[in-house]
Formats: sequence, structure tokens, C-alpha cells
Amino acid sequence: MAKFFRWLSGLFGNRPKPEKKMDTANTAPLTEDQLKAIVNNQNVQFELQQLVSAAGQSVGKQRELNEDSVLAITTTMAGNSGNLPFGLYIVADGMGGHQFGEVASNAAIRTVAGLVLKKFHPYLFQVKTDSIEESFQEIMSDAVNEAQRIIQREAPGSGTTLTAALVLGQQITIAHVGDSRANFIYPDGRIETVTRDHSLVQRLQELGHITPEEAENYPHRNVLYKALGQGDLLEPEIFSIAFPQPGTLMISSDGLWGVVAEQDIIHAVNEAPNLQRACQNLVSAANAAGGPDNISVVLAQLIG
Amino acid sequence: MRLSNIAGQTIIGWDWRKALETRIFPELSDDDKGEENAAPKSQLQAGVTLAKRYLIQEVVGLGGMGSVYRARDMHFPNVNKLVAVKEMIISAPDPLVRETIVQNFEREANLLATLHHPSIPKIYDYFTLESRSYLVLEFIHGKDLEAVISDASGFLLEEQVLTWAVALCDVLDYLHKHKPDPIIFRDMKPSNIMINSSGELMLVDFGIAKAFQTGIKGTMIGTEGYSPPEQYRGEATQAADIYSLGATIHHALTRRDPRLEPPFSFAERPIKRINQSVSSELEVIVERALEYDPVNRFKSAAEMRDALTALARKTGILVRAGSLPATPVNTDGIKPLWKFKCEDEIRGTPTISQGALYIGSYDNNLYSLDASDGKFQWKYPTDGGIVSCPTVVDGNIYVGSEDKILHVVSARSGKVVWTYYTEGPIRSSPRIADGHVFIGSDDKYLHAVNMNTGRMVWRFETADAIRSTPFVMNDMIYFGGETGDYYAINFRAEIKWRFRAKRAITSSTVGTGQAVYFTSMDGTLYALDPRNGWVLWRYRLGKSSISTPCIVDDLIITGAADGFIYAVEAKSSKEAWRFRTEHQVNGSPVIYKDSLYCGSVDGNLYCLEYRTGRLRWKFSTEGAITGTPLVYDDVVYVGSTDHNVYALLA
Repeated sequence: MAKFFRWLSGLFGNRPKPEKKMDTANTAPLTEDQLKAIVNNQNVQFELQQLVSAAGQSVGKQRELNEDSVLAITTTMAGNSGNLPFGLYIVADGMGGHQFGEVASNAAIRTVAGLVLKKFHPYLFQVKTDSIEESFQEIMSDAVNEAQRIIQREAPGSGTTLTAALVLGQQITIAHVGDSRANFIYPDGRIETVTRDHSLVQRLQELGHITPEEAENYPHRNVLYKALGQGDLLEPEIFSIAFPQPGTLMISSDGLWGVVAEQDIIHAVNEAPNLQRACQNLVSAANAAGGPDNISVVLAQLIG
Repeated sequence: MRLSNIAGQTIIGWDWRKALETRIFPELSDDDKGEENAAPKSQLQAGVTLAKRYLIQEVVGLGGMGSVYRARDMHFPNVNKLVAVKEMIISAPDPLVRETIVQNFEREANLLATLHHPSIPKIYDYFTLESRSYLVLEFIHGKDLEAVISDASGFLLEEQVLTWAVALCDVLDYLHKHKPDPIIFRDMKPSNIMINSSGELMLVDFGIAKAFQTGIKGTMIGTEGYSPPEQYRGEATQAADIYSLGATIHHALTRRDPRLEPPFSFAERPIKRINQSVSSELEVIVERALEYDPVNRFKSAAEMRDALTALARKTGILVRAGSLPATPVNTDGIKPLWKFKCEDEIRGTPTISQGALYIGSYDNNLYSLDASDGKFQWKYPTDGGIVSCPTVVDGNIYVGSEDKILHVVSARSGKVVWTYYTEGPIRSSPRIADGHVFIGSDDKYLHAVNMNTGRMVWRFETADAIRSTPFVMNDMIYFGGETGDYYAINFRAEIKWRFRAKRAITSSTVGTGQAVYFTSMDGTLYALDPRNGWVLWRYRLGKSSISTPCIVDDLIITGAADGFIYAVEAKSSKEAWRFRTEHQVNGSPVIYKDSLYCGSVDGNLYCLEYRTGRLRWKFSTEGAITGTPLVYDDVVYVGSTDHNVYALLA
């Protein structure tokens, strides 16, 4: 095991940095547009890259039940132009009475992962391989709508958040409902939230009815206006975005992001020798802060 | 886990709501059809008699918990008395939940039995058989308001919406004045309003209507977009019903479904901005009903009804069918800076370099004009029409012609430098990169030509004509063909990946590192991963398209043969706006500063605000505009099939 960690830390932690050479050539300054075009097109690569991931979960310190569900699957798939990294990462945070929260979050993960994997990896289900007609966004949208239907049938009255990231090559397609979050964490210490919480408190801030400070102590912080399993017309947020390179994709429930300060999250991710350890550190930090809610986190990086 | 800070009882309140969320007679949506296919066994078949009395005729609707049937009441054997049978299948495994669901079903029945109002359906019977409960109601021959709104080809008439709004205030007033306790409907929305064949309305689905008891809070999460802010805090009051009614009217007047928008965002979508024919007076009333703070809304449904009827009387809108004129748009008075007449149609796109404008025409000539005054400088004759857009590099102009030849002409003199022969007419435009000219031809090949020598470096064979212009990014060439095949090849003509659309791809490609975008005759705007050809998203256009998209900020904007210019968000593939022209949009939009310029076969050049799609001005020509305008230094240049090139102030 120790050897394994040494190997991993060699891989992620202490990679030898290439020596920097001073650029002494004279260059003409680029215009704003030229710079923008270069930046936009910079991350186009055709080589196979390594996708790595880890997940962490804890019931927390104050709950008896875990109503969160997590899924992290990392593999490769044969694509149009060779093998591509494939990843499916989901966090679902269940809610509702009668212990139905975990039924909902579980059904969400089961349904979404089942349908998406069946599309991309049909051999896992012993079904015939067909070419894929739909776009990534259509596949995610269909899966979320099916999960909505299943939850309404199996656990009427309950609901769940869902933040699901389908990674194929350098593309992340995210389906998002509720207030679990997808974040990008960069090695230079920046963190970016790429999803938008479907919570009352977030919406009131957007409308300017409350300030971020008031939001911190808002009594209905937990109230969502959109959740999987609820409402008769669900419009999940679905979008495609480039994988941060270099950087880390983090998906977490509010038991993590609502409890651990951003600076501590960045530190835990960027200073850990590997992703597994980073997940452990994040879960520990949430528990150390009182662990008021279930804690779930998935981390993923695209290397190379 | 969530909601732990809210009493358990209120969560059950939410369960009730879900459990009873069954719509009566909605038109079948696509989702519903899927559900029908998924579980046909659970539905009662036509011909079955329920409780020895109700002969099932057909399914007329589907809800979250079961179906709604039209049935004949056999206790009236001599007349055809139709009833609606609303079914609820209790599939929840938890016995407590099951019991709660049944109790509430009966609660809805008992509540309905005490109500007498022309806009509330009469209840005849209810019963439970094993794990299914049934409610027998007055049958309403019609469809729900949601279907009425979505089926309408344009906006509903203000007078019609006003009539319904008055009727809804009336029924809310009745419920709110109910004794001993007022009834809060709590779920006012278009799908709960049935419109019968004579245009009268009925409020259906009393599943969550609640007798109002002060001091007890209920909880709502995951509302439908019609709910007021305070409902999230667990307050269900008369003011909440008024807000939801305002939201319903807003939806009916604007055709914008609030469930697809962020909550409480009505103020961001003023009615008159979307539907200019609505009177300001009605807009003010709806805005008041939608006030964020309940104290600023109408005090009661009766007060709102009085405001609506006063408006109807004052403006005479109930007797006047016409609508107010739309805000005038500046359509006249735009004079071109100059125009230049060729001898035949111009279908292509101009280019500008060193103060000269170059454009091809179907009179077979390539023209050089002084960009500042349109003065003729020289023309270069070919033996075919020119639709290809000229490209200028290092003082040479590259252009394809339907004479099958790629011509290279000196920009200064208009004299030929070299020519390159293909075996088919050229409609594609040259793309120059890495010392090569890449161009498609109707001879089915993509040609790579050395730009100094004019010699072929290679040609890449496809199955049909290539009329799109190749797009070069990161040492890759992207182009579509008339077979619907789309190719990504490298500079050595090695194919990297291929994609197939359902019909021809005449549109050229635009791209970023994240995606390449193009349209197809199959009526789709595609976003593909440039590295491997996986489809990120597809956006359905109303009709086929040959328009090349443009990228600006986070928007992809393109035209289609249905006459619309569409703006779609690059990340989410959601429509940001669309703008209707009077005929096909075959050329491409271009962006200059905060405006978008695009021609249409209707003969107009449109200038829109690109963030909103709002019309700034339009300029009409005598013929179709099929090319793409060019904007340079605050001047727009565009060719028309009326033979003219126009220069306009941007």
C-alpha cells in the first residue's frame, strides 16, 4: 500500500518541473483578438490523456441516515478517433420525509448511470452495440427525465439534487438540478463554481433581495425551487464545458461546500499527494467543522 | 438530508400534493406518450365497467399517479351521460404514505362536494378499489389552458385573456370567501384550468387546495414557476393565489412558460416587451398581482377582478377586437452611402482589403470597387457565375467560379496570377492556411493547392459535391459535403474522424477549441467536439439550413429556411432569442460592435441587437439577399440579387 501511494504521489504530487527557459526572441505584441483566439484554441490536443478520479463520503456527525448517493466511474472508450477517457461522476443529495431521501438519491444515480452507461458501454449490459445518434446533452437530458419519472413512481413526495458530469475526452457535459455543486479548482488557488444552485437563497441573492452576508444566516437555506422528483415539468440545467487543464473537477453536496470554507477546500485539493487523500481530507474537514449534514465528494483530473 | 428544520407534518403536506397531482384532460404531451408506452398494462381498457357503473371509453389524460378516463355512467341507460373518472394508482411501498394518499384523495372529494360554482366541476362519486382510488367528476369537453397557449399559432387575444382573468378572479373570490374557512387553491396554473368548447373555464385539481388555518405553516419545495416567493417559506395565503393567477395571465399573454425560467423573474420579462399588443393598463394589473411583497398585491381576488372589469369598461377592450399598434421601427430613411450595379445577380459575399471591396457576380465578373465611394476600379472576367467569397492574401485575390476554376488575381491590376482547374463548378470559398489554398468543388474533391505555384498538393475524395468552405483550426481542416458527410482531416489529407448528418451540409463551419458548429439541410445546428467528432449537442431549427453560424460571446447565431435567425447558447444549446424575417435566411449573420447584420431572401438587410435579437433597423433591396454582409470601419457592405452592392452606415 505504501508503495502504491509513493507511486501515486510520484504521479501527481511531486512531478519534476521542466526547467524554464528564458524567451529572448523579439516578438510583436499581439492584439486582444489574437490573444483571445490563441487562448481559446490552446487546449486542443489529440493525444490520449489519463483521467483519474476518487470519491469520498460520510454520514456526518449529526445525522443518523445517509441520504446522499455518489457514483464515480472512470474508464476509456473506443471512439471515432481512438481511445478516449470516459468518466461519469454523480452526486445526489436526497430529501423528504419517511427515509425517502435515500430512495430518491439512489434511484437518481441508478437511473442516470444505468442509461448513460448503456449508451456508451452497451457490452456491460450484454446488449448490441449501436452507433450513438444522440448528442451528449440529449443523452444526459433523457437520463435525467427518466430518473424524474422513476422517483415520482417509487417515492412520490421525495426529491433529490443531482449533479452529474459525463466526461468524454476533454469535454464535460453536466446535468444539474438542485444545490449540489460542480467546481473547478485550479493549481494557482482559484476555485470556480460552474453550476448554479437552484435554491431559494441563491435566487434571492440573484434578485438582490438579500446580501451574501444575509444569505449566510438565512433561515431557509435548505429550500430548493428545483429538485429531481418534484414538479411536473423539470428543466435540468445541461451544458458542456472544457475540462480544466490543469485543474480538478469537484462535485460535492452542500454537506461539504456549505460547511468547509473555500480556502480550505482549495488547500485540501491542491496540497494532497493524490486524489484519494484529497477526498479524505475534504470529508475530515467537513466533519471537523461539525459535520451537520451528509458529506459527499467526487474529484477528477485529466492528466497529460 | 434536508428540511430537518421544518416540522415533519409539513413534509407530509408536500407528499399529499405530489400524491394528488393528477391533471384532468391535458392534451397528451410527448412525455405522456412515453409513459403510456412504458406502462400500458396498468391502464383500464376501453369497455371495462368500473364499480358496475362506469363504462370506460378512453384515456383522456395522464397524471403523475394514474390516468384520467372518459366514461359513460350506466345508471343512465337511456342517455349518453359522460363523466370523467380520475384514477390514482398507489404504488408507494410505505404503508404510511399509502394511507396518507388515500386520505387526501378522499379529502379532495369531500372538499369538492361542498363547493358550488359554475367554474368548479361537480363531483358525482368516489371510491377505492384495492390499490386504486377513483374520483368521478363532471366531464368537461375541451382542453386545458396550457394546451390552448401552446397550440395557438400566435399570441392569444388580450380580450380573451382578460375574460378568463375575470372568471378566475371570480372563482378565487368564491374560494377565499368559503365558510367556515377560506380555501386557498395553492396551485393556480394553466394546466389546472380547463377551457370548454364554448370558451368557458373550469378550475380543476383540488388536490392541494387547503382550508386556511392561520398559524399553521405548510411547505413548498420544487414549485412550478407560478408560485410566489412566500410560498417557499411555507405561507399559503390568498395573496399567493393572486400571485399565481398573475403568473398564469403573464404566461397566457407572453407564451413564456415560467417553469422554464428562474423563479420570480417576471419583472425581467415585461409583458409588453414580448407581446407589444397588450395594453399598458393590463400590464400594470398583472405586474401588481406579481409584486414580490404580498402587501403590494391586490388585497383580494375581488379587488383584482374589479380592476380588470374597470379596465375592460374603460378601454372598451371587451368589445374591441383590434390590438394596439406595435412600436414603430426605423425602416425608412436609411440611404445607402453608395451602391454599385453589376450586370447580373450578386449571391455571394464581398471582402475588403486596402480600401478596395472585392465581390463576385453572376455576370461572371470579379469586381474591384473603391470601398469609400463604390467607384469601379477593375473587373476580372471568368466563364461562370461567382458565388464564392474572394480571399485576399499578400496582394493576391483567390476566388472560385462556376467555370470550375480557382482564379488568383493581382489585387492591384486585376490581372491573373495563376489558375487551377477542378472538374466541377466551384461554389466553395478558398481558405488559406500554411501556404496552401483549400477549396471544395462540385467535382467531389477538397483540393489543396500550393499558394505560390498553383499546383495541386493533394485532393481528398468524398461522395458528392463540396459547397461548404473548409474551416482550418489547429492543423485540421473541417468541412461538410452534399451527402451529409462531415470530415475532419489533417494537412496530409488523412482523415481523423467523420460524422454523418441526415442531409446535406452546405453550411460552412465555425469553431473554437471547444466545439465546431455548422448547420445542415436536415434542419439541425450541430456542435461537435473538434478532436473526435462526438456530438455535444444538436439544436433543432424550424427548417433546413445552409447558413453558416457565427460565434459571439456565448452565443451561436445562424439562419434557417423557415425565415428565422436563431441565437443559441453555446454551452447549454438553449435558445436565447429568435428573430423572424419574411423569407429564407441563407446567408450568415455577422457581428459588428453590439449589432448583428443579416440578409434574408425577403430582400431586407436586418440590423439586430445581438444580445436580445431586437430589431434596430432594416434596409430593403429589390432582390433576395443570399450572401453575408461585410462590416468594416462602421460601414456595412452587402450584395443583392437586384444586381447591386450597397454600402450602408452600420
